[in-house]
Amino acid sequence: MITSFLLRALDRKAVWLIAVLLGIAILVPVLNLVVPAGNPLHLDVVWVSLFGKYLSWAMLALALDLVWGYCGILSLGHGAFFALGGYAMGMYLMREIGARGVYANPTLPDFMVFLNWKSLPWYWEGFNMFWFAAIMVVLVPGLLAFLFGWFAFRSRVTGVYLSIITQAMTYALLLAFFQNDFGFGGNNGLTDFKDVLGFDILKDATRSGMFSATALFLALAVLVCSGIVNSKLGKVMVAIRDAEGRTRFLGYRVDNVKIFVFVVSAVIAGVAGALYVPQVGIINPNEFSPANSIEVVIWTAVGGRGTIIGPILGAILVNAGKSYFTAVLPDYWLYALGALFMLVTIFLPQGIIGLMSGLMPGKRVPNSPGGVEPSRDASSEAEEGIEVDGLSPQTPAE
Amino acid sequence: MRKLVAFLVLVACIAISGVTQADESRLGGMINALQGSGEFDFAGRAAAVRALVASGDPHTAKILNELENGQLYADPDSNDIYLQGGTDDNPTYADPVTGADETDQVDPDSMVKVKINNDVRSVIDDAMNQLTLMSPDHDARLKAAQAMLTQADPRNLALIDKAIAAERSADVLRALKAAQAVILLNTNATYAQKDAAIATIAAQGDQDAIGILTEAMANAPAELKPDIRQHIDAINRSLQLWGIGQNVWYGISLGSVLLLAAIGLAITFGVMGVINMAHGEMVMLGAYSTYVVQNLIGSYAPGLSDYSLIAAVPVAFLFTGLVGVAIERGLIRWLYGRPLETLLATWGLSLILQQLVRTLFGASNVLVSPPSWMSGSFELGQMQITWNRLVIVIFALVIFAILQLVLNRTPLGLQMRAVTQNRRMASAMGIRTPFVDAMTFGLGSGIAGMAGVALSQIDNVSPNLGQNYIIDSFMVVVFGGVGNLWGTLVGALTLGIANKFLEPYAGAVLGKILILVFIILFIQRRPRGLFALKGRAAEQ
Repeated sequence: MITSFLLRALDRKAVWLIAVLLGIAILVPVLNLVVPAGNPLHLDVVWVSLFGKYLSWAMLALALDLVWGYCGILSLGHGAFFALGGYAMGMYLMREIGARGVYANPTLPDFMVFLNWKSLPWYWEGFNMFWFAAIMVVLVPGLLAFLFGWFAFRSRVTGVYLSIITQAMTYALLLAFFQNDFGFGGNNGLTDFKDVLGFDILKDATRSGMFSATALFLALAVLVCSGIVNSKLGKVMVAIRDAEGRTRFLGYRVDNVKIFVFVVSAVIAGVAGALYVPQVGIINPNEFSPANSIEVVIWTAVGGRGTIIGPILGAILVNAGKSYFTAVLPDYWLYALGALFMLVTIFLPQGIIGLMSGLMPGKRVPNSPGGVEPSRDASSEAEEGIEVDGLSPQTPAE
Repeated sequence: MRKLVAFLVLVACIAISGVTQADESRLGGMINALQGSGEFDFAGRAAAVRALVASGDPHTAKILNELENGQLYADPDSNDIYLQGGTDDNPTYADPVTGADETDQVDPDSMVKVKINNDVRSVIDDAMNQLTLMSPDHDARLKAAQAMLTQADPRNLALIDKAIAAERSADVLRALKAAQAVILLNTNATYAQKDAAIATIAAQGDQDAIGILTEAMANAPAELKPDIRQHIDAINRSLQLWGIGQNVWYGISLGSVLLLAAIGLAITFGVMGVINMAHGEMVMLGAYSTYVVQNLIGSYAPGLSDYSLIAAVPVAFLFTGLVGVAIERGLIRWLYGRPLETLLATWGLSLILQQLVRTLFGASNVLVSPPSWMSGSFELGQMQITWNRLVIVIFALVIFAILQLVLNRTPLGLQMRAVTQNRRMASAMGIRTPFVDAMTFGLGSGIAGMAGVALSQIDNVSPNLGQNYIIDSFMVVVFGGVGNLWGTLVGALTLGIANKFLEPYAGAVLGKILILVFIILFIQRRPRGLFALKGRAAEQ
């Protein structure tokens, strides 16, 4: 069964994508470590960390795409799962500091000493072991997604209502993590890490290693997502996206499918967060802010939702643009981002991938949603004669 | 001719006043008595102060002030007292009453300061309180009466009795009576007097009264104790009720803010089904309109600046309304029927609007000063109510009422409801649905702008203003039920009051988190909100 899952997962595009990811997982460390500095091919460690950051964001966008692009669940709270995974990793890294902190307390992290805490809170126990933290990286976002999905999908909260309550969820977590007595470092978050798995976190080799790990995990996520969307379950997901009611009447357990996809997506987001934190060296409550989660949506939309490669491409392109703009024209980045939101939703509903496959005749993106949001509201509205059809660009160049 | 008469009258006045001043010089030696029998005769000095107060002379307060400030100097030869002025190096000496310069009559080097010690100072302070108790200035009297209440000095009793007889102002009278009662409790007054005194204090009914009674309990005669205990319990009970009332008021106040922020959204989201993430930015634009109007009025008609807030209301409504129409025509109408895309596009718009305002007005807060008629507060029983909150509550309710009228009693409202319920049928009946869409969205945005005017009074006006309200507003609309303005009203007030009641137990932030969690769970139970639409309209 697993072999058939893998075989289905490895359609041609996924194989290419995974091959490229494995390639850069090897190539980037080589360019950084083996090629001597001064050589035009040498890659500075700053770039390694930057690209590592992009890849973990790409993984987050892929996770969102799995629920939004394939299953029609627009989550505005995926940043919360990302941040929870990041916090689990951050807690491990904090414990790893040990007595090398400013206050040299062997068990308590600096901020707890600063807040005059006497002992470690119970939920910090076990995070001195990597395997425990790694389980938590998967478990905490997964559990939250399960509980949330259990309540939301079973009571058939759909569409914008779901989007709004996911936003409320991440907002509530934002407020909670800003609290000092919540035990996660308040608004400073967790930072000042020293080691990861015993390696010095500031060393070039460690950074290259973390980059490779991120690329490998992204390849794994691509494999999992591709496997899911190419399976029979994937077909049901698309059916739910396009006509939830009909799928339910056909006898599929829509709620269970949604809960499953939501949990898988949250776990991928959590792992992405765990890979992100050691590379940027800090995790703070701002990762929970609703604005961050919405930005992930636009990465996915720009790349092309309902495809595997789209969100990865979108996350890297938009963030590269962000890095460039904020360095060169800091005042104009928000204009550019805002314009991106508006233009992509109006003129490019399938993103760059949709545009490219539209330019190549004979090729169409399978599984990608059409120009009109395929929800019940949409169809009823469209039937009521708002002139959507003539004005919004449908699948281009058909 | 007339000028000449006026001049003569003026001269006469000056002459007469000069004569009376001459007669009053050093108040017939009473001031000179302040020197006592020597430089260190503090007892004599205290007695002289009391005598001065007893004389009731209008200059007493001024003289005592100067004495306390160490400005009075005595001439050791004549024992006359002078008021020192000028600089330390080059002092001048004047008559303390008339202020006439008499530096040439004294030898500056031999002058001795009229010293005071703590005893004298406390006599002076008491005396000053007694004096201000009779002062024509209401606030000074009130302050003096409150000082009497805290001192509770039995020696002041006669003075307080006298003041009560003369007092006309209710709040000063209350403080005086309380002071009288407290003093009576501590002296050997009769049982009946003490009983009455306890009743007087209990009638005050505040935290201070409890303090006084608890203290009185300690040294009260045994037969009075149960009476006092009863009064204390009664006050505690009423204070608890007032505390609940105060919380309800805070809740209503917060609820009215939520209502203001959400009511525009209730139109665009609730009635039209459009997710406008830029709604918060409409509120922000309204607040900035207030700022611009205030500055314009400040520079062109400074006399009217107290009313700039009122002028800002229609300006903000029209401006944000027009922006709303532009948004609807330029962006949202391309996205009807695609609610999730609308959400994303309007989010992008909100980023652009924020950045635009940041570019134009700067990233920091701008100052919107409150008009004088909205500052200050008043007391209702034991509740403290600030005027600006009261004005905002009334403003929110008025807007709500007007909106209900517009929706239910005007042709535009009729068309809006028709389009909402059945777009194609409305179109077939000749309603220009695109026009109605634009107007509805403009109305919702305009109301958000007016909310911004109100919020500029209680929140920082910065480009991020709207961000703080967008999630709360959505919560209110979703909680109250989409497509139902009454639901929005009830939702806003419920959430506001619930928030304020949770705050004392859970803290402000945790309270807010609990509310969010509650709403998330609530939506799962009732996905259509508190007041769900029933029947055909609910199908959409």
